[in-house]
Amino acid sequence: MIEPLLSLDGLTKSYGAVVACNGAGLQIAPGEAHAVIGPNGAGKTTLIGMVAGELRPDSGWIKFAGRDITRLPVQDRPALGLARSFQITSVFPRFSALDNVALAVQAQAGGNFGSWRDARQDADLRAPALACLERVGLGARAEIPARVLAHGEQRQLELAMVLASKPRLVLLDEPTAGMGREDSARMVALLAGLRGEVAMLLVEHDMDAVFALAERISVMLGGRVIATGTPAEIRADVQVRRAYLGEDGAEPC
Amino acid sequence: MSVPPYRAVLFAGLAFALALPLLAGVLGLDYAVGIATRILILALAGIGLNLILGFGGMVSFGHAAFFGLGAYTVAILSHHDMTGEAFATWPFEIGGTVAAILAWPLAMAVCALAALVIGAISLRTGGLSFIMITLAFAQMLFFFFVSLETYGGDDGLSLLARSSAGPLDLHDPAQFYFLVLAIVLLALAVTARWSRARFGLALQGIRDNERRMRALGFATTRTKLAAFVISGAIVGLAGALMANHTEFVSPSFLSWQRSGEILAIVVLGGLGTVFGPVVGAVVFFVLEEVLSQWTQHWMIVFGPLLVLAVLFAKQGLWGLAAQKLARHD
Ligand SMILES: Nc1ncnc2c1ncn2[C@@H]1O[C@H](COP(=O)(O)OP(=O)(O)O)[C@@H](O)[C@H]1O
Ligand SMILES: [Mg+2]
Repeated sequence: MIEPLLSLDGLTKSYGAVVACNGAGLQIAPGEAHAVIGPNGAGKTTLIGMVAGELRPDSGWIKFAGRDITRLPVQDRPALGLARSFQITSVFPRFSALDNVALAVQAQAGGNFGSWRDARQDADLRAPALACLERVGLGARAEIPARVLAHGEQRQLELAMVLASKPRLVLLDEPTAGMGREDSARMVALLAGLRGEVAMLLVEHDMDAVFALAERISVMLGGRVIATGTPAEIRADVQVRRAYLGEDGAEPC
Repeated sequence: MSVPPYRAVLFAGLAFALALPLLAGVLGLDYAVGIATRILILALAGIGLNLILGFGGMVSFGHAAFFGLGAYTVAILSHHDMTGEAFATWPFEIGGTVAAILAWPLAMAVCALAALVIGAISLRTGGLSFIMITLAFAQMLFFFFVSLETYGGDDGLSLLARSSAGPLDLHDPAQFYFLVLAIVLLALAVTARWSRARFGLALQGIRDNERRMRALGFATTRTKLAAFVISGAIVGLAGALMANHTEFVSPSFLSWQRSGEILAIVVLGGLGTVFGPVVGAVVFFVLEEVLSQWTQHWMIVFGPLLVLAVLFAKQGLWGLAAQKLARHD
């Protein structure tokens, strides 16, 4: 394997007596689409939180692009090329869709608080923001306040914000959570379009989406990564079938 | 050519403010100029607090600390100017002054520094703790000035004269009024500009979803601290003006009631609206006048009114008006 973009080793995080992550480790190559699956409570969101920098691991380390970022503050990670979306939609409800994405562009541009210009007239922010909105299919909804957008559209908006920060690795925590069939399919198609362009660490419950998107899959159970492999390998893995997919490989949860 | 109603209301307000001293003179209501000056000074304090409260979502219950610090800076410098004693002799000699050009910026600098310290500590927390810590700092400073016998302690400190400001005579009510009005207009212009610039949008983003802002890569604590410092400096300038207006300062400038008053002005006028604090200051003054004639416990009536205002007009009176006038600003 070439030098991995992200490698996690021995990541452990406890909440009191609950060990949410228990020595989890995995590696992601540049451009790789990597899915993490596992039952509820397996520690997937906790793992994402530690990579994003919101949670501080009790032990273990995180290496990104050859650099130890285990203790790097959250707000310093996007500049390295790490961006995340949230399991529970997290946007700026009062701002328009375009404002939301423009904030992501502004963060990427490094703030520039000295500027007195009207940021809403600033082409350096608006043009890239609009391009990202168009990419996720929200170009026509740019001026709509985020709180008015439908749930599926808000998820698309999250993705546009992630793209606006020009990431090398995106952390996606259940991007199709709470979506209907149609929205879900659209999101999967959008994510498929990103394959090869950016690396993805994707937590997802929808097995069809996982097998459609992921080049490699890690299975989490009880805070550990119990198996990693190609979709075919994971399908064939007896331990995984027992632990998670169910003996007959039926839908989990 | 038609003027949109929102603009029309703003221009009418400005025209009234400019004509006020003349009108007061014609109508024989000379004391009105002093009242208007006082309202504008409180509006300026509101503009300062609104920056962090309305645009930044930080509920400070201790902004009277900056109001008082600004006022005391002017009063103490003026006191030393009168007595001829140096304020400090080490590391270099600092004498007193009555020059506005020195004393007022110094008042702002003192408040900015105080806000930097208070902000750096209290911004580690949020929500209720933030309210309590800012209140605690203000109370600490309140008791500091109560015990500061050199400068009058409990009894306060009188100014021999208002600040001198070049060709202006600040003892002339109209001239002082116009200077305060100019400062308020400048502060409004700066707010209008900043709230739409990158800094303002980042601040509003933090108010609405700080966690997301951090995930986007914003150093949110630093942005909030910058806003807190600017806010403290503006409120300090308001304090410096009030010391000139009343020609007297006392620890009551730093009381928690004063903090509550500035808060009420911002909430009443409209959180996160540019002109809200001005409307809030006017309405607050009128309510105070009317209600306090009726009962000395007027706060008991005012409190529920404030709650109603918050419940029925989330963006305050000006927010409501701006909505009616078909514009969100
Ligand atoms: N903030 C928290 N406080 C206490 N326990 C938590 C917290 N977050 C997660 N947990 C616990 O940690 C375990 C892993 O949770 P999580 O990472 O959300 O799993 P997943 O995303 O795989 O469903 C669960 O048992 C959960 O109850
Ligand atoms: Mg989860």
